[in-house]
Amino acid sequence: MCKGHDLYDAFGKVEKSGKIMAERKKKLAIIVHSGTLDRLYCAFILGTTATAMDMEAHLYFTFWGLNMLVKGGLEKAGLPATYKHMEEQLKKKLREMKYPTPYEMLKRMKISGLLKIYACSPTMEMFGIKKEDLIPEVDAIAGGAAFLDVAADADITLLI
Amino acid sequence: MAGKTKTNRELDCIGLYCPEPVFRTRQELNKLAVGQVLEVIADDPAAEEDIKRLVKRLGHQLLELRKENDRFHFLIKKAK
Repeated sequence: MCKGHDLYDAFGKVEKSGKIMAERKKKLAIIVHSGTLDRLYCAFILGTTATAMDMEAHLYFTFWGLNMLVKGGLEKAGLPATYKHMEEQLKKKLREMKYPTPYEMLKRMKISGLLKIYACSPTMEMFGIKKEDLIPEVDAIAGGAAFLDVAADADITLLI
Repeated sequence: MAGKTKTNRELDCIGLYCPEPVFRTRQELNKLAVGQVLEVIADDPAAEEDIKRLVKRLGHQLLELRKENDRFHFLIKKAK
């Protein structure tokens, strides 16, 4: 099997002549449950930092979070009802700070090759979301076992 | 250029906040050859600890960290 070549599998392990050679990368696994800007930034700032630090970032989007993976969803993210009155002010400030948008952050993480995005299967059914409705950066439609399998080997697990 | 150490690239992160200095430092490090030195200038108060930990985590070498007028200057040598 491809002797003499290094093969990078989906999770960044290096296979050389059929043998796992790479040092194991640290893993961050986050359930992104929320679909509001404040929490998305929490998840994406940590994801961005993790990939910059050579860690794998596994983001599992469910419930309101999953709606952010629908095309146009990330662009619509705002503050939760309690803080809605501060939304315009916050967005203005973010522009002044030249702060990247959530989608820009997601695309940059993707380029690192260390980000995996999972879409929660039952949530898709609940909201009537089809695979073709999702942004192209989604890696897999997955369930609880897939996330737990990743999380069981993760060094950091969070629910946001 | 900082002190006596020759720098190969410079990165200006003035006015940028976490995670931008960390993200951009990593991007610049990717462009360096082993042994080359990157100078990063940042004024985000979080950058002092963030860049130190990034460099350590990536296995590179922080040659110098100095603070001048609320600006941090990092000299980072790509070690691998």
